[in-house]
Amino acid sequence: MGGPFEEEIMAVVTTDKDYVGGDVPIFFARDEAEKEQVALTLSRILRAMVHELATGVYVIVRH
Amino acid sequence: MDKFVMPVVLGVFLGTYARLHLLRVDFRQYPSYPQGYTVHLFLGFVAASMGAVAIPALVAKHYEAVTFLALALQQFREVRRVERETLEKLEETELVPRGTAYVEGIAKVFEARNYLAVLTALVASGLAFFLPFGALARGAIAAAGGLVTIFLLEKSMEGGVVSSLARINPAPLEFRGPQLFVEDTFVMNVGLRESREIILKHGLGAIIEPVDPNARATLSNIGQRQAIVHDLATILGVRKDLDEPEFTPIARLNHENGHIGVVIVPMARDEEALKMAIQRVPVIESAKRRPLEAIAGKEAYKRAR
Repeated sequence: MGGPFEEEIMAVVTTDKDYVGGDVPIFFARDEAEKEQVALTLSRILRAMVHELATGVYVIVRH
Repeated sequence: MDKFVMPVVLGVFLGTYARLHLLRVDFRQYPSYPQGYTVHLFLGFVAASMGAVAIPALVAKHYEAVTFLALALQQFREVRRVERETLEKLEETELVPRGTAYVEGIAKVFEARNYLAVLTALVASGLAFFLPFGALARGAIAAAGGLVTIFLLEKSMEGGVVSSLARINPAPLEFRGPQLFVEDTFVMNVGLRESREIILKHGLGAIIEPVDPNARATLSNIGQRQAIVHDLATILGVRKDLDEPEFTPIARLNHENGHIGVVIVPMARDEEALKMAIQRVPVIESAKRRPLEAIAGKEAYKRAR
């Protein structure tokens, strides 16, 4: 906020292969707990925010 | 020569005092103490000297003194540039940046205060020089005149605070799925469940309700909103480190009603303090809008109501 808009999708975490594709880094998780854990770690490493889409896919976005 | 000494000395003294009076350490710790103080006090002294010397110089038919005022102008503009650059560089080190509008506002204030020092010195030395009384009486009246000038200038430079534009009410936080709301204002999407729990447990929310369309336009400015969250973070603290962007305080506009929803995860969780802190955030000069001043604006808001 306040600066120029430079949001960028850093990674995607999902349990459902059908929902994702393309050239972003994709991390597959076996279940919800694993998805949560992976997303948390990635978020802290990348200093980026975890957003949840309606499909349950987590996108990790740097704002 | 003698008749110049008292007005100049008095002018320099009062002008410098004007600068000192306007230098205050508050929660912002800006300008920093003691180094920042020294810089600005000395600049204020230079400014006061310019103002104090101007009238005696003109009386002595040294008209080139005017060029020096132009030079001073250049110097003070430099002050603004330096302040801006310093603050902009420091933005990277802030957990919650001030935002460019706030930075520009602060830089502008620093430039303006030097002119106030010049003006005060000018008034004081002018009074001390031209009044048709004895030296002691002239000195006393000039000193009083200088102090009144400082007072009047200070009053006229007050920019207003958020409480003059809006009512502030603490409001509950709520998650609808991953979406965080303050009352009915959407704020952000938080994916991590753990983070949602932390926000609900430690977070605070408030609704800023603008009093009229002018206030609404001003408060919707992104720079103004960033200034609000920056000041909040400074005062209440933020329960956040660099790698936890979801705990960044945030102010979002509800375009249905112009309300601003504010969320912060503070170190000190107190609703009343949150309200007080928001009320005292300065209104950023460059964020001010007055659509009601325009005929079209007035008509538009009248009919739309």
